[in-house]
Amino acid sequence: MTPKRKQKLFVILGLVSLTAIAVGLTLYALRSNINLFFSPVQIAQGDAPVERQIRAGGMVKEGSVSRDRESLDVTFEVTDYVDDLEVYYSGILPDLFREGQGVVVVGELQADGRFRADQVLARHDENYMPPEVAQALEEAGYSPADFQAKAAKVGARLEQEGVPQASEY
Amino acid sequence: MFIKMIPEIGHFALIIALLMAIVQAIMPLAGAATRRPLWMAYGRPMAAGQFLFVAIAYLCLTTSYMLDDFSVANVANNSNSLLPWYYKFSAVWGNHEGSVLLWSLMLAGWGYVASVFSGDLPRDMVARVQGIMGMVCVGFLLFILLTSNPFERLLPNMPQDGADLNPLLQDFGLIVHPPMLYMGYVGFSVVFAFAIAALLGGRLDSAWTRWARPWTNVAWAFLTVGIALGSWWAYYELGWGGWWFWDPVENASLLPWLTGTALMHSLAVTEKRGSFKSWSVLLAISTFSLSLMGTFLVRSGVLTSVHAFANDPSRGFFILMLLAITVTLSLLVFALRAPRVSHKVGFNWLSRDSLLLINNILLVIMTVTVLLGTVYPLVLDSLGLGKISVGPPYFNALFVPLTVVMCMFMGLGPIARWKSMAASELTRKLWVSGAVALVLGGAVPLLYSGEWDLWVALGIISALWIVLPMVRDVFDKTRHASSFLAGLRKLSLAYWGMVLGHVGIAVTIVGVAIVSNYNIERNVRMSPGTTVEVAGYQFTMTELTSRRGPNFLADTSVIQVQRGESGRSFVMHPEKRLYLATGMPMTQVALRPGLFRDLYVAMGEDLGDDSYAMRIQYKPFVRWLWLGGLLMALGGVLAVIDKRYRRAIARQSSSAGTTQAAVKEATA
Repeated sequence: MTPKRKQKLFVILGLVSLTAIAVGLTLYALRSNINLFFSPVQIAQGDAPVERQIRAGGMVKEGSVSRDRESLDVTFEVTDYVDDLEVYYSGILPDLFREGQGVVVVGELQADGRFRADQVLARHDENYMPPEVAQALEEAGYSPADFQAKAAKVGARLEQEGVPQASEY
Repeated sequence: MFIKMIPEIGHFALIIALLMAIVQAIMPLAGAATRRPLWMAYGRPMAAGQFLFVAIAYLCLTTSYMLDDFSVANVANNSNSLLPWYYKFSAVWGNHEGSVLLWSLMLAGWGYVASVFSGDLPRDMVARVQGIMGMVCVGFLLFILLTSNPFERLLPNMPQDGADLNPLLQDFGLIVHPPMLYMGYVGFSVVFAFAIAALLGGRLDSAWTRWARPWTNVAWAFLTVGIALGSWWAYYELGWGGWWFWDPVENASLLPWLTGTALMHSLAVTEKRGSFKSWSVLLAISTFSLSLMGTFLVRSGVLTSVHAFANDPSRGFFILMLLAITVTLSLLVFALRAPRVSHKVGFNWLSRDSLLLINNILLVIMTVTVLLGTVYPLVLDSLGLGKISVGPPYFNALFVPLTVVMCMFMGLGPIARWKSMAASELTRKLWVSGAVALVLGGAVPLLYSGEWDLWVALGIISALWIVLPMVRDVFDKTRHASSFLAGLRKLSLAYWGMVLGHVGIAVTIVGVAIVSNYNIERNVRMSPGTTVEVAGYQFTMTELTSRRGPNFLADTSVIQVQRGESGRSFVMHPEKRLYLATGMPMTQVALRPGLFRDLYVAMGEDLGDDSYAMRIQYKPFVRWLWLGGLLMALGGVLAVIDKRYRRAIARQSSSAGTTQAAVKEATA
C-alpha cells in the first residue's frame, strides 16, 4: 500500500467508526427515551406497560381534583369519558390546569393501576379533546365525535359556572 | 378616509413588492446567463423597491395595531385596546401572519443591503446573488399573499375589542427575540444566495469565500443572540426556571446554528487554504434549508407550543413545498456545477485543517442527532405508527458527550498551524494548560459544594481547556512586540473575534454545567408568616395582596428574603396574574439576578386558606449561559469589522491575485 492509500484507509476507517459510534449511541438513547402515549381506555385494557415511563392523557375529570391539606400532593382523575385513570402527583400544577380541560401526564403506571406523574402538562385547547386521545378512542372502537361533544359540553358548563381562578376579587 | 384605507394600502404594497421580486428573480439571472448588462442592472433597483414596498406594508400593519383597528382580523385576534403601546408594537410579530411579514421585511432588507455592499463585486455575480434573493422573496411573499394575509378584514361585523395578545408574549423578551432570530435565519439566505451564485457562475474561488464570510458571521451572530434571548425568555416567563427544553421549536433554531457554526469554520479553511470548497457550499445550502425547515416546524401547526399560532394545513404544505423546491433545486445545481476536480491541497493529520475538519464532522453529527430526535416522532406520526415523544434525556445523552469531545479539539484548534505541525511543538505549548485545566477543573466542584460531580468537573475542565491555551497563544503572539500592549494592538480584530467566540462557548459551558447540577429547587406550601430556607437564604412570606394592572388582575405575594442570620435582606414580588380579555392565568416570576447566582420565586396555584404553592429556586451561574451567547455574538461581529474584509472589497478581486494574498496572509 502506498502511503497515500494508507492515509485514505485511515480516513475511511475513522469515519466509519465515528459514524458507527454515533448511530449506536443514537439508537440506544432513542430506545430508552421514547415515551409512548396511552389514553385511559388503553390503560384500562391493559395495553400500557407497568413501571416504565409513558405519557397518558385525557380530560381532568370534574370534581376529582383533591389537594392534600399540608403538602403539595394532589390526586386527580384523567378521563376519556369511557374509562378513568387515577393520577397522583406532588408539586405545582401548570397555570392552565383546570377541571374539564385537556391534560397530558408523564410518568409511570403503578402495579395498582394508579399513575405516578412526574410531569403534568396542561393546554388550553378549543377542541377540548387532545388529538391523541381522540385517536385512541377511535382505535378502541368508540366514536370520538360523541365523546368530543360530551367533553365540549362539560368544558363549556365549567367555563360558564366560572371555576374559581386565581382568587376572588 | 385615508386612515380607513391603511390595510388595503398595505395589501396593495405587498402585491407590488411581489411583482418586483418576480422581476428581480428573472431578469438578473437571465442577464447573467446571456451576458446582457441591461438585464443584470434590473437587480439593484428591484431589490430597493421591494424593500420599500414591504416596509410600507409593514408600516401599515403596525399603524393598524397602534390605531386599534379591530376590523383587521389580525389586529382583532392579537391585540386589545387595553394593551400598552409597546406591546401593540411587538404584537405585530406575536402572531403567524405578522411574523411572516416581519420575516419578509428582513429578507427584503438583507437583499437590499447585500445589493448596496456588493458594489465592487463582478457584475454577473451581483446579478446572480440578487436573482437568487429574488426567488426566495417571491416564495415568502407568495406565502403571505396566498395563505396568511395579515390585512384580512372582519367586515361588516367587526368586534368591539380585540382578543388580546397571548399573555406569555407580553414581555420585553418577546419584543427582541423574534427579530433577532429572524435576522439570523434570513441572513443565511444571503450566504445561500452567494453559494448558489458562485456555483452558477463557476466562481467557487477564495474570492467567493471572502464575500460569503462576513455575511455568515453576521447572520450567525444574530442567530446566536436570538437563541440566547429565547432561552432567557423561557427562563423567566414560563415560570419553572428551565432555560432549554429540547422542545422541537428550540431545536429548529439550534439546527441552523450548528450547521452555521460548521460553515463559519469551513469557510475559514476555504479562504486560507482553498480546500473544503464544495463542503462549504453544501453547508451553506443545508443551513438555509434548515432555517426553512425550522419555519415549517414552527408555522405548520404540527407542533403544539407558544410558537404554533394557528393550525392551517395549507400553510404547512406551502412551506414544505418551498423547502422541497429549495433543497431539490439547490442540490441539483450543486450536483451539476460543484467543482469536479478535487483541489489537491494536502494537509497533515496534525494541522489546523484537520482539526477544523473534525470540528465540522462533530457539528454535523450533532446536527443529525438533534434532527433525528426532532423529526422522528413527526415521521412516525405521519406514517400512522403511533404517537411518541422523544424526551430531553435522549438529547442530553448524545449532545453532552459530543460537546465534551468537541471541546477537547477546540483547545487544540487555535494553537495549531495550518497544513502541518510537529506533535512535540503542540505538546510543548499545551501541557501546562492541560495540567492546570485538569487540576482546577477537578478541584472546583469540591471547593464549591464539597461534593464532587463528574459533569461539573468535565464542564470546567472543558472550559479551561478552551480558554487557557488561547491565553498562552495571546502571550506568544505578543512576545516579539516592543511592549505587551503594543503587541495586543497588533493582533487583528478577526483574531479577537475568534478568541471571544471561543471564550463565549467556554462561559456558556461553565454556566450549563453548574446550573444543571447544582440547581436547588423547592416546591413548598406557603401562607403569610411561613419561612422557608433555600441555599442559605431565608424566604418569608409577609403578605398576600392583590392589585390591578393595565389589562390584568394579580395576586401578589410579598416575600422577604434574608441571607443567613445577619446578611442583607430584600423583598421579592412574585405574582399570579389573570389576563382579563383572554381569561388566561399566568405566573409572573420574581427574580433576584446576580453574576454567580439567581434567586427565582414563582407562585404556583392557590391552595385555599390564604396559602399558595410556591416554587423557590437557587440557580448558580445561570447568567453565564446567556453571557456566553453574547460574547460569541460579539466575537462574530468583531471578525466582520476586521479591516481585511474592507480591503478585500476595495481590492475587487476577481481571480488569481487573492489566492496568493490569502496564502501570504495565512503564513503571516
